[in-house]
Amino acid sequence: MTVDATDRALLAALEPGLALVAEPYAALGQRTGLTEQAVIDRLQRLYARGIIKRFGVIVRHREVGYRANAMVVWDIPDADVATVAQSLAALPFVTLCYRRPRRPGWPYNLFCMIHGEDRETVCRQIARANASAGTTALPQTVLFSTRAFKQRGARYWAPEVLEPA
Amino acid sequence: MDAIDRHIINHLQGGFALTEFPFAAAAEALGLSEAMLIERIDRLLKDGVLTRFGPMFNADRLGGATALAAMAVPVADFERVAAIVNGFAEVAHNYAREHALNMWFVIATETPVRITEVINAIETETGLKVYSMPKIEEFFVEARFVA
Repeated sequence: MTVDATDRALLAALEPGLALVAEPYAALGQRTGLTEQAVIDRLQRLYARGIIKRFGVIVRHREVGYRANAMVVWDIPDADVATVAQSLAALPFVTLCYRRPRRPGWPYNLFCMIHGEDRETVCRQIARANASAGTTALPQTVLFSTRAFKQRGARYWAPEVLEPA
Repeated sequence: MDAIDRHIINHLQGGFALTEFPFAAAAEALGLSEAMLIERIDRLLKDGVLTRFGPMFNADRLGGATALAAMAVPVADFERVAAIVNGFAEVAHNYAREHALNMWFVIATETPVRITEVINAIETETGLKVYSMPKIEEFFVEARFVA
């Protein structure tokens, strides 16, 4: 189950993205000293193990029209979190859904990111989310982002967090 | 962005083939030529519509660690604190949000112990409390952005 040094070299070489050439895995092999087939085999294993979550275009949200993003947090009874989370995660505008620990002064244990065209749209989506998960009456709060201070380029150990651009 | 760009973005957010000629395979499924698909992706990257073309990794399964962290930063002190927090290479994203906890950032490190070290260092340098909220459970989301 371990990721060996060759896998790590491969993932590091993939960090900036795949070469835009007809045989990108051959190009990757040239940079890492592997054959094209070895690169494909290793990537397939990394995919099967969930180390690679997704392979394709990674969009800058704002550029494709998602100008507003809100982190919506709820205080859900522990016994109900999984059920509520699954119904929220199924909604098309929910882009992340995590259970996290409560903290002193912070009673919320379920976090969703919701992306939309603008604030009004996101607010309507939040109302829909509450209606569909049955959470309208539960304690919750909405945190819109006002500024992005830092967005690091993807690194191989970087979070799988989808944050807005 | 035209209709072809949107078609590419809407259908290529996952599932890129691990075969010898993956662009040719993707192009065929999209009804484009291989050369045109490559050219379009190249331009979308140069125009900043895409941040990357390639894999999205799962940090936890690589032995790394991530944590969401929040701070309540006095408004007058915001720029100073932001500069300190952003100065850490391990801070991957940092957002101002409308709440008493008004600064939210993600710490991503190669080892779990480094998360605690970074949090301690940020607390020492800023004089402010850092609330760490690592994920307990992730719920599967079919994240698809429609262009």
